[in-house]
Amino acid sequence: MSLAQNFSRGIVKDNPIFKQVLGMCPFLAVTTSVENALGMGAAATFVLVFSNFLVSLFRKVIPSKVRIPSYIVIIATFVTLVDLLMNAYLPALHQSLGIFIPLIVVNCIILGRAEGFANKNKVLPSVLDGIGMGLGFTLAMVVMATFREILGNGSWLGFNLLGESYQNQPLLIAILAPGAFIIMAFILGFFNIMEKRKRGGVK
Amino acid sequence: MNPSMLMSVVVSVPEGGEPSFSIAKMMAIIVSAVFINNFVLSRFLGICPFLGVSKQLDSAVGMGAAVVFVMVLATLGSWLIYYNMLVPSGLEYLRTITFIIIIASLVQLVELVLQKFSPALYDALGIYLPLITTNCAILGVAVLNIDDKFSLGYSLINSVGAGIGFTLALVLMAGLRERMETANVPAALKGLPIAFLIAGAMSIAFLGFAGLGG
Repeated sequence: MSLAQNFSRGIVKDNPIFKQVLGMCPFLAVTTSVENALGMGAAATFVLVFSNFLVSLFRKVIPSKVRIPSYIVIIATFVTLVDLLMNAYLPALHQSLGIFIPLIVVNCIILGRAEGFANKNKVLPSVLDGIGMGLGFTLAMVVMATFREILGNGSWLGFNLLGESYQNQPLLIAILAPGAFIIMAFILGFFNIMEKRKRGGVK
Repeated sequence: MNPSMLMSVVVSVPEGGEPSFSIAKMMAIIVSAVFINNFVLSRFLGICPFLGVSKQLDSAVGMGAAVVFVMVLATLGSWLIYYNMLVPSGLEYLRTITFIIIIASLVQLVELVLQKFSPALYDALGIYLPLITTNCAILGVAVLNIDDKFSLGYSLINSVGAGIGFTLALVLMAGLRERMETANVPAALKGLPIAFLIAGAMSIAFLGFAGLGG
């Protein structure tokens, strides 16, 4: 596999959210606005890239019996780093992402890439894989947040799109909890249809 | 150190937390954790097992029981270590790492103990235990208890409530999905999409509890 493929695979073909359905908790919880989605995406990408880097660097040193606990400690270290940095420089974002920043530790995408890719591959492909998967995760969150913020608040990244009258009476459910489940259902349904079309099985 | 002094260190109330213990507050915490802020349907914690282990009623009940069990133990362990080791030495920022290590080792320990002393229970819960380490509901409840400055008693009650709420959502979902097997679902929505739609409908129902808290 070429380096370019390592990078691009996570963005569309093996998108962690839409194709592998991993990392659902932060995805559903923080996509109430595009700003939150970008913040969460950046935090997760940072952790993903550095944990892939370290896991790949130490892949011959870590005994395979204790590899999962070692990966978790590596991941938790970078999550703590992100937590402290965000608290210091972006306190508002830190406040609105809340508990989901420490919970990046148990995000299955990150442990999944450490176990499934970084511990078998060299450093450069692992870092590229981390960037690709992180961008794929961010992209998926921005798509979801776009639907939710426009429907639920009439705005995109804080810019008012649909005018005062809509903002006074928006489709509030889109940014409440049920909206996340329902919009995700339709997005996954759309990908189901696309998949079937590709195989020529749609009637 | 005499026992009463030890007791006061171990279960001291966190700074800013409520000192007294009241039944009303206890009930409010339970109702909030089970219904109003249901872990799965309103806080989005533990979605992976919620979607993965909700295809059959039996396994949903088993998973729910395992989660309640580990949640209470994890809360106990993380609360005691946070307030008796991390806070006195000014190492609060090590919270995330400490808690995940506590949870991971606790799951291993529970697995070993069950295997040795209660093979029947191990057979029932065993296959769900390894999955629990990466269940964000467990780490979530441990972190929330600290963020909300709950005392040890309230923390334990909160974690029991959270576990029951998780189990409730999981069992309801499993019942609905068993029925869905025989239903005529549009081709595009088969599988996960319809599961998300059901979860959305349940989440709307749980929004109705929002007025209960007062």
